[in-house]
Amino acid sequence: METLQKAPSATQEPPVRSAALSMRHSAIGEPKVWLTALGLTLGIAMVVGLLLLIFCQGISVFWPRPLLELQMKGPDGKVETVAGEVRKIQSHHSADPNAKPSKEWLFYMGNKDAIGNAFRYINEGDIVSQKRPEDLFIAERMGYGNAIFRPVSLSTTNGKTIAATDPAFRATLDKAILEANTRRSQIQSIERGKIGKINTGITKLGLDEKLVNKDSGLSQADRDARLKDINAKRDALKADYQKLATEASALRKEQDAALLTWKLPNGMERKQQVGELIAIHQPNAMGSLGKLGWFLGNVWEFLTAEPRESNTEGGIFPAIFGTFVMTLLMSLVVTPLGVIAAIYLREYAKQGLLVRAVRISVNNLAGVPSIVFGVFGLGFFVYMVGGTIDQLFFSNANGPTFGTGGILWAAATLALLTLPVVIVASEEALASVPRGIREAALACGASKWQTIQRIVLPTALPGILTGVILAMARGAGEVAPLMLVGVVKLAPSLPLDTTAPFIHADRKFMHLGFHIYDLGFQSPDSEAAKPMVFATTLLLIVLVVTMNLAAMKLRNHLRKKYAASTF
Amino acid sequence: MNEGTFSASAVPGPPPEASGPNTMIEVDHFHFYYGAKQAIFDINMDIPEGQITAFIGPSGCGKSTLLRNLNRMNDLIDGVRHEGDIRIDGTSLYDPSVEVISLRKRVGMVFQKYNPFPKTIYENVIFSLRVAGRNKKSELDEVVETSLRGAALWDEVKDRLHDSAHGLSGGQQQRLCIARAIANRPQILLMDEPCAALDPIATLKIEELMLALKEEFTIVIVTHNMQQARRCSDRTAFMYMGRLIEYADTMQLFEAPNEKQTEAYITGRFS
Repeated sequence: METLQKAPSATQEPPVRSAALSMRHSAIGEPKVWLTALGLTLGIAMVVGLLLLIFCQGISVFWPRPLLELQMKGPDGKVETVAGEVRKIQSHHSADPNAKPSKEWLFYMGNKDAIGNAFRYINEGDIVSQKRPEDLFIAERMGYGNAIFRPVSLSTTNGKTIAATDPAFRATLDKAILEANTRRSQIQSIERGKIGKINTGITKLGLDEKLVNKDSGLSQADRDARLKDINAKRDALKADYQKLATEASALRKEQDAALLTWKLPNGMERKQQVGELIAIHQPNAMGSLGKLGWFLGNVWEFLTAEPRESNTEGGIFPAIFGTFVMTLLMSLVVTPLGVIAAIYLREYAKQGLLVRAVRISVNNLAGVPSIVFGVFGLGFFVYMVGGTIDQLFFSNANGPTFGTGGILWAAATLALLTLPVVIVASEEALASVPRGIREAALACGASKWQTIQRIVLPTALPGILTGVILAMARGAGEVAPLMLVGVVKLAPSLPLDTTAPFIHADRKFMHLGFHIYDLGFQSPDSEAAKPMVFATTLLLIVLVVTMNLAAMKLRNHLRKKYAASTF
Repeated sequence: MNEGTFSASAVPGPPPEASGPNTMIEVDHFHFYYGAKQAIFDINMDIPEGQITAFIGPSGCGKSTLLRNLNRMNDLIDGVRHEGDIRIDGTSLYDPSVEVISLRKRVGMVFQKYNPFPKTIYENVIFSLRVAGRNKKSELDEVVETSLRGAALWDEVKDRLHDSAHGLSGGQQQRLCIARAIANRPQILLMDEPCAALDPIATLKIEELMLALKEEFTIVIVTHNMQQARRCSDRTAFMYMGRLIEYADTMQLFEAPNEKQTEAYITGRFS
């Protein structure tokens, strides 16, 4: 304080000058500029903070965490051993007001099949000792989450048993797991692919049979011949099915043949079919390079694999693909619709009360809650349009085809939702096309439509694309309406595949936004699903940003091509 | 202003001599209204073929409106109407059998602000052919060359025909617009203050170009620049407040105007 007070008195002149200076500053009349900067700073800080949080949490999921082995006092005073990963450290709030504040750990122990609960809170005070043993393994399995263990022995398919102390043990185990993975994909290709095709064929034969029975124009002999033909075909398919089913069950049996015996950290010994294992690693024994490899492998699995264990494990490829295809379909629907509407409103409609009313309505449409669009989509697209299509073209199918939610109706619903954005942006883009070049085109003998098509639209294209980009960004992140018109927790097949007709617009699909909701809030084990929520959120953001960047690149390219007049 | 001084029904100045050029455009008792506001009052004039006719007059005198009626560009504005008639080669512009599009093919136009399309130089020139459905490559190439030569631009752009037109300088862009306007071989070329946005050197080039082009086209030019009218045009019309005050051979109008108002305007005593 004292130095502060002394400073001005020591130098008499400068304070006067600075006062004059500051007066001059305020006299300019912009003393509140910093307020606008404050708003921007706050906005940027929030956005960057959110992105950073999601990025860090999302990316750390894939990095191998160290395994800790703890000796800790149990409630009965006995010392027990647990091993696992520290997921969170927080302060412990004791019921006793006099207790000293302490920390507790959220500890992931895995081995849900053996000990029931994969997570446990551990009071820091109870820990006697901790170490990071290199011989601890962690295994990803098809069921019950991860296992944390020390291997004891492996009995292979040919009946031999190798002890963990054997130098060839690790190589043999890795080979067995690799074989198991190969067999698993074989089983999948048989059951999903080949048997799936046979099922489709049998369903189709059933429909044919119905048709033949219904057709009154057929003679009895004809009908019998056809039915016989159908039955023969069905028998052939059934025989094929039997063969494949035997093949699959043989493979399944083989999956169960090899057994890995391991010891849990608490001393329990268990046996596990090697066929259930997906990958094993020793995080404490890994070098940085090994960790990086593991990390990249995890990211790859996340991006390309299908989900396991009610979506909490494995990858999210179907959701990425579903989001991408849905957004693309939506853009394909909304762009022509919005642009045509904007052309009419701006170029052809007589500007008056009616057009103004329409414009206001369109603007207000953007403010309608998205769930309302979902309900509308369900009522109009799914039940009315889809139901009518089913009646007309799929009346023989066993269930609804288009009369139930699907990717087409989801895209159409979101197209309606984002239509105002495209219309408004397109109208503005059309209005900003200079009058001069319109007149020039007309003076060259072009008709009004030729002018619009050859001059106005190309010039307005960058602006129109801005609208489409905004629409895509909004549509890709929308969840609520999708829940009513076709998104599902787990879709058995992708909307695009190699079976004719390749694009299955009637299929249900998975979506990243819904995936986040489902994982975070509908999952039986929300703590286990949490890392996936962050990773999926990160991916959704990356996907939206990527699609936007691509559209922006296109827009800049067009802007350069159709640069407005340089004066 | 004394209404009687310029009784509009009588065309001031001597009529074109019988031995002179044919009449290309006849404006016959033409009135024009923007909604309730009348912009042009009872104009009569004959514009001769193969000559340059200049419209001069202060801002808002109706000269641009009259020019834009010659290819019916004013039709684009809501609430306009006209009385009287304009005939080209004896056929009324407003005849129901006349299509606006074919009319505009016969009457090309160059605007005050150069306005090339955001396309390549090549596509700019042949735009009128493209919209007419003429897409034969050899024909288009030929038209591009003749039109650009006609607009004295060929030598400057022949190596970059497929570059954007917006890379050209202002004067070049305006000449490109002239090339675009003459690509369709119109009979008449309307120019609405073609040099208003250009520097003196570019202006000079355009003026030289007009003198060359009048061999082939009947040119009607609106200009604010009296020197320009004097230098280039064969006949000049002075308009004021929507009326045609005086219409005569350029030399006569500038050297010995019949009307006091004309004299006052060309000597700069009012604007």
